[in-house]
Amino acid sequence: MVKKTAHQKNNLNDSKHFAYSTRNLWAGFLFGVGLIAFIDETVFHQLLHWHHFYDKSTTDIGLVSDGLFHAFSWFATIASLFMVADLRRSSALWLTRWWGGVLIGAGSFQLYDGIVQHKLMRIHQIRYVENILIYDLVWNISAAVMIVAGAFFVFRTRNKLQQTGVTSFHE
Amino acid sequence: MNNDHVHHESIVFSDLVLALVFVLFVILYVGAGIISSKYSWLRPWPFHRYVFWIGGVLCAATAIIGPLASRAHTYFTAHMFGHLLLGMLAPLLLVLAAPMTLLLRTLPLSVARSFSRVLRSYPIRMFTHPITAAVLNIGGLWLLYTTDLYMVMQQNIFVHAMVQIHVFVAGYLFTAAIVYIDPIPHRFSFIYRSIVLVIALASHGILSKYIYAHPPHAVPAAQAESGGMLMYYGGDAIDMILICLLCYQWFKATRPRASSSV
Repeated sequence: MVKKTAHQKNNLNDSKHFAYSTRNLWAGFLFGVGLIAFIDETVFHQLLHWHHFYDKSTTDIGLVSDGLFHAFSWFATIASLFMVADLRRSSALWLTRWWGGVLIGAGSFQLYDGIVQHKLMRIHQIRYVENILIYDLVWNISAAVMIVAGAFFVFRTRNKLQQTGVTSFHE
Repeated sequence: MNNDHVHHESIVFSDLVLALVFVLFVILYVGAGIISSKYSWLRPWPFHRYVFWIGGVLCAATAIIGPLASRAHTYFTAHMFGHLLLGMLAPLLLVLAAPMTLLLRTLPLSVARSFSRVLRSYPIRMFTHPITAAVLNIGGLWLLYTTDLYMVMQQNIFVHAMVQIHVFVAGYLFTAAIVYIDPIPHRFSFIYRSIVLVIALASHGILSKYIYAHPPHAVPAAQAESGGMLMYYGGDAIDMILICLLCYQWFKATRPRASSSV
């Protein structure tokens, strides 16, 4: 039993982080998707009543897409937290990279929801008011901001990976 | 009047018979648990499994007999509540009670051997395949609520019984095919079962929204709307337990081995 110095411990943690870097990213991504879907459902559907359970003018493909995404995000929220628990168990949780994944996941889901589901498939609108454009802009621009911020985190951690010359295995 | 009276009496009689059947299921399970716990080479049957079994039988009984069941004949939202109990919650609790494991350890060895051969046989393997079970489960519901079957079911006692048996059995098979509590001869990976679960969950959600907009025959719109929402959110709540169980089993199975942590 050799007591590890702080420096050695950091190195050990880093190598664990690198080994599981992809899994950190995926755990974050899935959690981001689940989180934003959950916020959409609780805040806009249940609390504000901005849009309905189901807009009866919705197309069939819109209904299917909505159903699949709801099911997937419901599963992803829970599964990604078990992934985080698994990473922690192996002391391989890399929060910066995980957050990068969360932001990219949340942003992509919101952008998909805002562009494809709201505008192309016409599942529902964000809110049923005269001037919908401003809502759509805020919705989609905030999604884009999340993606950019997430990408920033991911690239920063990727640089660290490349500097140390460790490539991801285990995945 | 007279006709009503006779009808009512026959319902009370059939309720009584069904209630006895449910009591019998509890007695058989608890009896097997107690008897097999006395075998010196076996561990005592865990207490929480008795709780799961009794809870599951109670959920099924609530859906089939008593006030909720009689209300379900005329009121769609009550019907949907019964559906959640009979098709989702009761199967989940009964699967968690591991009845096959209990049966196999209680039966005499030679009988248990031939029984497990039956469980490994082709038809059983086919029905416990995640995709078959999902199609039977969700496909059956689509058939029930998008055709006239729902209307027929409320008028014909035989069809009614068949539909309820199907909803329960398909629910049980599906749950057993997704989370492995009892021994399953042909096992599928976590990813495989996760994908099937997500698609089944989606089909359930889509159907509940479809019911919201297209009420089944003879169901008033307001009832279809509240029934559809109950199906959607209630289904999510029970599926959340199913997802947690599946993920927890993955979490346990991928536990780092002692050798790799050195």
